Amino acid sequence: MAKMNMIASLNSALAHQLERDENVVIFGEDVGYFGGVFRVTAGLQEQFGAHRVFDSPLAEGGIAAIAMGMGLNGLRPIAEIQFADYIFPAYDQIVNEIAKLRHRSGGEFTSPITFRTPAGGGIKGGHHHTQSPEAQFTHTPGLKVVYCSNPYNAKGLLTSAIESNDPVIFFEPKRCYRGPFYGDPHKVPTWNSHPDGEVPEEYYSIPLEEARIVKEGSACTVISWGAMVHVAEQAIKNSGIDCELIDLQTLVPWDRDTVVNSIKKTGRCVIVHEAPKTSGFGAEMSASIQERCFYHLEAPIIRVTGWDTPFPHTTEWDYLPSPQRIADAIKKTQEE
Amino acid sequence: MTGRKTAVTTPYTIGVPPFRPGEKADFGGKFKEQPEDLPRPDPAKSTAQDTTAHASGLVRVLTDEHEAKGEWIPEISTEKLILGLEYMMRLRIFDDRMLKMQRTGKLSFYMRSFGEEAVAIAQTMALEDNDWIFPSYRQPGAQFVRGRDMVSMICHCIGNTEDNVKGRQMPVHYTWKEGRFISISSPVGTQFSQAVGVAMASAYKGLDEACITWLGDGTSAQGDYHYALNFASTFKPPVILNVVNNQWAISTHQNLATGGRTFAERGLAYDIPSIRVDGNDFLALYSVTRWARDRASAGLGPTHIEVYTYRAGAHSSSDDPSAYRPDDEFKYWPGGDPVERLKTYLIKSNQWDEKKHKQLEQKIDDEVMTAYKEACEFGDLASGPYPPASTIFTEVYETVPWHIQEQREELGK
Repeated sequence: MAKMNMIASLNSALAHQLERDENVVIFGEDVGYFGGVFRVTAGLQEQFGAHRVFDSPLAEGGIAAIAMGMGLNGLRPIAEIQFADYIFPAYDQIVNEIAKLRHRSGGEFTSPITFRTPAGGGIKGGHHHTQSPEAQFTHTPGLKVVYCSNPYNAKGLLTSAIESNDPVIFFEPKRCYRGPFYGDPHKVPTWNSHPDGEVPEEYYSIPLEEARIVKEGSACTVISWGAMVHVAEQAIKNSGIDCELIDLQTLVPWDRDTVVNSIKKTGRCVIVHEAPKTSGFGAEMSASIQERCFYHLEAPIIRVTGWDTPFPHTTEWDYLPSPQRIADAIKKTQEE
Repeated sequence: MTGRKTAVTTPYTIGVPPFRPGEKADFGGKFKEQPEDLPRPDPAKSTAQDTTAHASGLVRVLTDEHEAKGEWIPEISTEKLILGLEYMMRLRIFDDRMLKMQRTGKLSFYMRSFGEEAVAIAQTMALEDNDWIFPSYRQPGAQFVRGRDMVSMICHCIGNTEDNVKGRQMPVHYTWKEGRFISISSPVGTQFSQAVGVAMASAYKGLDEACITWLGDGTSAQGDYHYALNFASTFKPPVILNVVNNQWAISTHQNLATGGRTFAERGLAYDIPSIRVDGNDFLALYSVTRWARDRASAGLGPTHIEVYTYRAGAHSSSDDPSAYRPDDEFKYWPGGDPVERLKTYLIKSNQWDEKKHKQLEQKIDDEVMTAYKEACEFGDLASGPYPPASTIFTEVYETVPWHIQEQREELGK
């Protein structure tokens, strides 16, 4: 075990994959010599060579396209999209091409790509360094969608994402690269003292279909992913209510059994994500839960999300779900 | 060659086609460019600068008198040329048969390669068997070169139980991994930049393989075209990037696809050797493509080719070109008919004769008819049977995830 922040643990996962599989290549904007604007690929070019870890021209559509071509010709590409906000020039390649290749070719061609992309708010990034567009990809059959939340699961999930023979969109909550985020911008802890900052240096993986029960409880199930897992954890503490906290980890395909069993136990549910509410993945969760658990529910399911507005710059703490808003929602589920 | 024609209207300049319905098409007779105009640079040394004249000119081999002339005469055997002729004839007969079937409802949609048969066929014949083919919808002819069974092609088009893509794609969207013929998709141009990645993977593995890809003059407006040229220029993988300038993108004439000079000349700005070639001249197409392939083997990376041709037929079975261009425009195209031109050249050079040609035509006709009947035994779009509905749910992912399994059970098939 070693102390790692999320940047180091992701870097470790990438290094293991480069070591284990000669078909793994990594590319994207600034990922080579410089090691990425968030330093996730630092040192990898030096260690594994510029033919395996390299900078690409600044064109996400081109990055996605060459990834598809490389993948269908036997490589296992890992493409970094520097900010999730900038994935949209690649949207056609991802949604129309990469996601459908296996199906449309009758299974003759596949392209096992992992798109790593930092997502989410909390770094004063304004409209365009902040969005969390997971729902734009969960709506596309053929893609797996993963959202890590801490150094330990980041490494294990990224390993599985790369090893998956399906294309994966892998979201990294950039706010949590260097420490968990409990909803207080003035208190910035590091991963150093957090149990999930203890990461094995050796290879390991976490299955993509499994959610993580962060904390068991009986009064209400709180479901979240990414940075909001930690905010929800803080909110649960503040509420004083015995909640079960589920870190979904993989959104497609999500862990039906863990979620359903928890709701059947607690009868109450709050879903927390930082993306806008309308058509967010919380809507999918909420609908699925009522389809499966309606007769076990004691109160309406509540979503606590970002607002249906563009993400703001100076007022981002009023945009992101706060411990207060989440705690209020948890309390409300207890009133029914 | 046709000059650029624009309508000066305020406040914009609008590209317009040379002729509209009711007007007489007149391209000014034959091409003014001649086979001996342009030298053939050494492919193992050539740079983009060496192709400046080639990008604005037109590489030809066959003269207007149907003789082969100039430095671009390829090294190709009589047998191979006759095979090329046979593939082109087969493609035309096959296309006509399929269009007739489309009219009877046996398939939903069809696209012919009429007038452009030489493109995929000559170019694929110039490559090695292990090279990758990344086509658009107008290059199905490459499959004949690689030996795909016509029955299998028809089964795909009519969406029956033997369709290798299991009824999931529209007709003509062929996939054939065995022939390294990569799955065709409808979004135009996406394959261009993907092909650069395919070639990068071949280079990464240290293999002497190239990837060839095509898109149209209209599609060259897409970002994917420019991504492809820029990435190819940056990484220099063995990729052959073809812009098939067939004058028309449905009803949009190439004069509306760019306000610049030739399509080939764009490649020079990316420092990629770029050649404009008569796309109805089988020998010239073969030769230029082989030149590009030799560059790839020499480790020089990409080549950009404008294939100058004419879409003699409709864009697709859903299109009626008489609504936007003179119905007989193709008869006046200076490049003529690629099948007739190769045939005439072969006859004139005593490599072929009318009698053999007729016999071959009959043989192909019979083969296509036999293949058609055999394919129909497995069903067609009009009357079924289709691939089982369960194929909706499979191969979305490597294994069927629970939510898709639940939906399959809901359908109950």
